[in-house]
This record gives sequence, C-alpha cells and structure tokens, in this order.
Amino acid sequence: MREDLHVAVTGLNATDNPGPGVSVMRALRHARDFNGELVGLAYDTLDPGLYCADLDLMAAFLLPYPDQGADALLARLSYIHERTRIDVLIPTLDSELPALISLEDDLQRLGIRTFLPTRAQLDLRAKTQLMGLGESAEINVPRGETVNDAATLFEIHQRVSYPLVIKGIFYGATICHTADEAVAAFHRTAAIWGLPVIAQQYYEGEEYDVVAVGDGRGGLVGAVPMRKTTFTDKGKGWAGVAVKDPMLLELTRRFMAATSWRGPCEVEILKTPKGRYLLLEINPRFPAWTYLSVGAGQNLPWAVARLAMGERVEPFSGFKAGAMFVRIALDQLASIEDFEALATSGEKVR
Amino acid sequence: MSVEQRLKEIALSESGFVFDPVTGLTFSVSPTGLFILERLRDGKDADGVIEALREEFDTTDRNDLVRDLNEFLRALKEQGILPRDSEV
Repeated sequence: MREDLHVAVTGLNATDNPGPGVSVMRALRHARDFNGELVGLAYDTLDPGLYCADLDLMAAFLLPYPDQGADALLARLSYIHERTRIDVLIPTLDSELPALISLEDDLQRLGIRTFLPTRAQLDLRAKTQLMGLGESAEINVPRGETVNDAATLFEIHQRVSYPLVIKGIFYGATICHTADEAVAAFHRTAAIWGLPVIAQQYYEGEEYDVVAVGDGRGGLVGAVPMRKTTFTDKGKGWAGVAVKDPMLLELTRRFMAATSWRGPCEVEILKTPKGRYLLLEINPRFPAWTYLSVGAGQNLPWAVARLAMGERVEPFSGFKAGAMFVRIALDQLASIEDFEALATSGEKVR
Repeated sequence: MSVEQRLKEIALSESGFVFDPVTGLTFSVSPTGLFILERLRDGKDADGVIEALREEFDTTDRNDLVRDLNEFLRALKEQGILPRDSEV
C-alpha cells in the first residue's frame, strides 16, 4: 500500500451527540502503519472536528447536504480529489450511504476506494425490515411494525402491546405507554424524519452495542462489544467499557453471515433481566465510540482503510475486555483564518 | 456454569475491585467480601468458606457467619456475579 495514503472521513460534528468522524480519524492516526494524510469532510463550517489540531488534517472541505443528490456529491468529491487526492473514503453518517453506494463505481474510476455495504445489504438492516432480518439470521427481534397512519396506534395493541417505542426511520426513539403518547410521538417523529415510523415493543434490559466490520463474504473481520456506563441527558453514551459476552459476538456473527455485510456497522442488542438477547438496530456505519476499538486492541477503522485498498486483512482474534472510554467536552482554540477559509470557499488546505 | 467457573471469569483485584467482563459491571467489596470471593473461586463450598472465615478472623459464632455469608451470596446473585440458580 502506498506510504502517503490519503484517507477522507465524514461526520465531523462532535457535539454532545457526536458524529463518528473524529473517533474514526483518531483511530487512523493511532495506527502504527498509517503514515498518510487525513482529509476532513463536513457539512458545517463550525463542525468541531474541522478544528481538532490532534487530527493534523491535511485539508478540510464542506460537502453538499445529502438531500442535494448524488450528482452534486460526485461533483464535489471529484473536485476534492483533484485538489488533494482521496485514496480511501470512509463515510460515517447513515444519510450519506445511499448516494455513496450508488456512486461506488464512479468513485472507483476516479481512484477513490470505499468499503461499503451493497444497497441490498443496506436495505436488509433497515428498521422497517428488522423483523425479517431477525428471522433469516435467527436473531430475536422485538415485535414491531411500520406505521404510516396515526390511527393505527389506537389498535396496534392487538398485535404489539404497550409500552412501545416509536422510532424514526433514521433516528430517534420515544417510549410510549399509551396511544395518546404514541400519537404525539408519531407526529413529532414523522415531522423530522418522514414516514414510515416504526412502532416496536418496549423491553426492560441492559443495552449493549457492538462495533464490527464485515468482510463482505459473510465473515467477521473484527468486533468489540461495549456497555455504556454513563449517559447524557439525551440518553447518549458518555462512557463505556468493552465486554466479553460470547452471545453478543455470536449474534454479530449471525448478522454478518445472514447478510454478507461489507464494511463497518454497529449492532445494538438488548439483554433482558431474564437473559434474553434482542436485536434492536443495526447502524450501517462506525459508531461515535469507535476509538474504543483501538483501546481494546482492534483498530477497526484502519482495517477498513486497508480493506478498501484491496489488502488482505486477517480477522482479529481477540480484544481486551475492560478497556474503557470516557468522553470529554473541551474548548478547542481555533483561528479566524481557518474559519474564514471554510466560510468563504468551503475548504481549508494546509 | 459452576460458581467456581463463573468466578474465574471475573477480575478480582487485591483492592477488592470487581470487574465482570461479561456484563461490564463493576463493584467494590470489603476485605472480607474479597476473602470470600477468593475462597469460592478456589472451589470451596459454603462450609469450607465458613471454616476459612473462622480461622482467618478468629470468630466462634458459626450462626452469625452462616447468616452473613448467605446475605453476601444473595447480593452476589442479585448483581449477576453468581448465577441466580447456583448452589454454594
């Protein structure tokens, strides 16, 4: 692999509900074999990752929002590639994936490599398809259904009993104990994320998350399960610890085998007080806590960069349970010149 | 899974800090609690632990020891350190 590899990463919003980009880039910087450059791709001039000195970004560029379509994205990436060269692109936001998957061949022709799931794989793990995935992968999934009409919520208890969780198609979850609460959550969720909305049976239990990479042939390149130990007021993990529960790895393997998943993902699993494991969601990209995988001994972002470059990557054989992360919010010093460059031209090149 | 096997999964430090790598939960136990956990991990049953406690702490009231040990075992089961259906 070339010594001066250029890796571009998206998702640099690092607020109290952070995108995964900073975590992924910190992992790449940590890789002993990575001597190349990082290119930050963001949507907002004040995305904190753009100003993170530790990442030592060679360049940063603003991207068009996903709703502007694949053509606009391809035009922008072509321009960025001309300016700085991108060898590998690692997107980290759900909303970017459909366009980038559709552009995979175009990007490849330009010389920009990715390691992404196929469109069919992406659809298999969609929240609306989760029950079907559970059946094919032999993984228990909470009972649920897609809802297009608020009136359904007054008779859904015949099939899915309250309390239930109302989820947006991309994001958001509200626990509802009554039909009135569910209707309010339905309208709030649909207004932000559109239809359909997912209504899923609510279960008590401990949530575990697994950051994993699939090889695209049904195998697992690596996986690190984690239990969140501190939460923000939005319910987001602010600290966590790597755990070694064999069942979490087994369920992740089953997902990989059933879908031949290619690339990174986050598997969300609930363990009930009776010891039952339920698949809650599959996020089709690295999570914001990906840097923990480095502490646990599996540098999964670096593995993805190598796989994108066509290298053979041996599956990781283990990881260190007890590795922890504790997030921090701090004030970065930034220069007005950098802000000016991003605000006026949408780019900042070192 | 036996109590002995289960406790071999658990990280016990000399300070009494307990980390369960399966669930990610952590606890702190007193020196006496650590003493008991170490004996259970070595394969002692309840009678063996009580005898060890009597020797170590020079205690003669066996009834108190049995009551305290049962209370501690119940707490371990509640926290998932020991299987709920396990017998010591």
